[in-house]
Amino acid sequence: MKVLVPVKRVIDYNVKVRVKADQTGVELANVKMSMNPFDEISVEEAIRLKEAGTATEVIAVSLGAQQCQETIRTALAMGADRGIHVLHDGDLEPLAVAKMLKAVVDKEQPELVILGKQAIDDDANQTGQMLAALLGWGQATFASKIEMGAGEAKVTREIDGGLETISLKLPAIVTTDLRLNEPRYASLPNIMKAKKKPIDQFSPADLGVDPAPRLETLKVEEPAKREAGVTVADVAELVSKLRTEAKVI
Amino acid sequence: MHFGLSEEQEMIVSTVRDFVETEIYPHEAEVERTGEVRPELAEAIKQKCLDIGFYASNFPEEVGGGGLNHLDFALVERELGRGSMALTHFFGRPQNILMACKGDQIERYLTPAVKGERMDALAMTEPGAGSDVRGMTCSAKRDGGDWVLNGSKHFISGADHADFIIVFVATGEDDTPRGPKKRITTFLVDRGTPGFTIRDGYKSVSHRGYKNMILEFDDCRLPDAQVLGEVDGGFEVMNEWLYATRITVATMAVGRARRCFDMGLAYAAERKQFGQAIGKFQGISFQLADMITEIDAADWLTLASAWRLDQGLPANREIASAKVYASEMLARVTDATLQIYGGMGLMDDFPIERFWRDARVERIWDGTSEIQRHIISRELLRPLGA
Ligand SMILES: Cc1cc2nc3c(=O)[nH]c(=O)nc-3n(C[C@H](O)[C@H](O)[C@H](O)COP(=O)(O)OP(=O)(O)OC[C@H]3O[C@@H](n4cnc5c(N)ncnc54)[C@H](O)[C@@H]3O)c2cc1C
Ligand SMILES: Cc1cc2nc3c(=O)[nH]c(=O)nc-3n(C[C@H](O)[C@H](O)[C@H](O)COP(=O)(O)OP(=O)(O)OC[C@H]3O[C@@H](n4cnc5c(N)ncnc54)[C@H](O)[C@@H]3O)c2cc1C
Repeated sequence: MKVLVPVKRVIDYNVKVRVKADQTGVELANVKMSMNPFDEISVEEAIRLKEAGTATEVIAVSLGAQQCQETIRTALAMGADRGIHVLHDGDLEPLAVAKMLKAVVDKEQPELVILGKQAIDDDANQTGQMLAALLGWGQATFASKIEMGAGEAKVTREIDGGLETISLKLPAIVTTDLRLNEPRYASLPNIMKAKKKPIDQFSPADLGVDPAPRLETLKVEEPAKREAGVTVADVAELVSKLRTEAKVI
Repeated sequence: MHFGLSEEQEMIVSTVRDFVETEIYPHEAEVERTGEVRPELAEAIKQKCLDIGFYASNFPEEVGGGGLNHLDFALVERELGRGSMALTHFFGRPQNILMACKGDQIERYLTPAVKGERMDALAMTEPGAGSDVRGMTCSAKRDGGDWVLNGSKHFISGADHADFIIVFVATGEDDTPRGPKKRITTFLVDRGTPGFTIRDGYKSVSHRGYKNMILEFDDCRLPDAQVLGEVDGGFEVMNEWLYATRITVATMAVGRARRCFDMGLAYAAERKQFGQAIGKFQGISFQLADMITEIDAADWLTLASAWRLDQGLPANREIASAKVYASEMLARVTDATLQIYGGMGLMDDFPIERFWRDARVERIWDGTSEIQRHIISRELLRPLGA
């Protein structure tokens, strides 16, 4: 069974994000970029499936600028077998990404695609769901546990009320939540091997997809600064302030 | 000339950085407070390092190591330098000198050291012989087919966790035109060997939890099989293998300086006095400018010296320059950062006071600043007959 794992290059989670002076986006120059943390969880899960003998090949795919190859190499250094890079320099929206991933799925015929539930840059939480819809496959989002059976997967999902366990037929889409696993570090032998593993490159045109954005960003602003809180003396004062000042009750 | 890192090097750096930030930083305060590394914690760090194939990354692949060259290994140690030494000690880097193991020694010492099954320490210094290594009085005398060791060593780092120690002792004296000169032999001594005691050393202001121990030899009997290298060949072993350890000091100083600097920079941008960020005062901002300039200079000096070793070029002077410059740079950077923090810099609420204390030993061990300057100037003047 082949497993496809999309990995996105995003601003590192430790970086304090700054809005560009002209408000067209966030500052990316000289900013540390890393693999989206949810995608690390996807890569880890795929490698575990391979180690368990369930998966035969793990393919990491990234879409975007040339530097996305570094993100793919990171996946290869964690233990993925090969990479696919779709080179595109402009902005990519979830729908365009999902369409291109569909084209890759058509080519590679994986039985499982594991995506992060969201990327920490735009927090869209859409790509997995859109890909499932385009392919007509079953989807299990926000996975905190995956058990593979014959021709099916049993997935435990994190939902508002608690946990939900569903079973879905393969091929299928799974998106990962934080508690699914703890991603490993790249190992030194795998770092050394990563360079020798192949990365195929395509353009959006090769995949027959027009990646042009459908949305226009008007303005990017920093969230309003939180104001300092106040300490209230008792419950009565709290209730009164909630009613008269915060006006929430 | 090319000053960028390769993709592999980038990944090595980011992996070790991640490791240090995730597995080392959270435990630093505990080690500072207790002066100890809990055995379970030590074991956990070691096991994680083994799991990711970074244990003994400085050893060739043929003997089971990670096969890094001097430059790549310097990048690993630069990242490790950010973390507490007491803890990064378990991100195992056995002494390269173990490559001198022959025959049975390979199975008894080299292989288990590379696999993380046995830890080593190295002992040269004595109370009466520091910079002047040849002044050592700890000695081994022939008795039948064996050697009998007597004397003591002090300041021996990591001997508390070591399963065996690589010990340099005097095995005779030659008369030379410039006076008597000691012959030195290297021995592998197992913890628990009768007549050999490891006891607590002094409390150091630098690197709490990274203990230095005192070794005592009292008629400690060792067979020939414990000699590492040739009898009387201790200096050859030393010169061949210990040459590069000064790069460790230099590159770890660079890593620690960057961690410290980043905190100083952030503090200068945030701390407000007289109605503005203190970083806006030239008295502070010019210090930051000098600090980063010195850190970069030390970084390149160190990496270039490691690169020279890999190229098989003479590197003794360059390594000495890197060691003295990087360790003295660290002293200046930690002191200036502490100053930027004002009174809070002295308090153990922040790690700055620790960086400042830890920096002090770097100018002393692995050859003092004076000895490095001696090496550098000798190399320059000797060819001129001076
Ligand atoms: C925490 C710690 C851990 C250590 N770990 C180890 C270890 O694991 N194994 C080990 O073998 N050793 C270890 N050492 C010993 C270390 O290498 C020595 O401290 C160092 O070589 C200096 O020796 P010394 O302290 O005896 O000082 P000395 O040699 O007595 O020097 C005193 C002063 O005289 C100066 N001086 C000496 N000779 C000259 C000269 N020719 N010209 C100008 N100035 C000179 C020195 O620079 C220094 O300023 C450790 C030391 C410390 C502090
Ligand atoms: C152990 C200890 C005991 C103390 N005891 C007392 C006490 O008993 N009573 C009491 O009142 N206080 C006491 N203090 C406070 C002490 O006087 C202050 O720490 C000192 O005035 C510096 O203030 P700060 O620590 O807030 O640093 P900050 O004022 O925040 O300074 C941070 C850095 O910015 C620099 N800086 C600030 N302004 C400028 C400028 N305009 N231009 C250039 N650089 C600038 C400073 O020199 C420093 O390097 C004590 C402090 C310590 C550490």
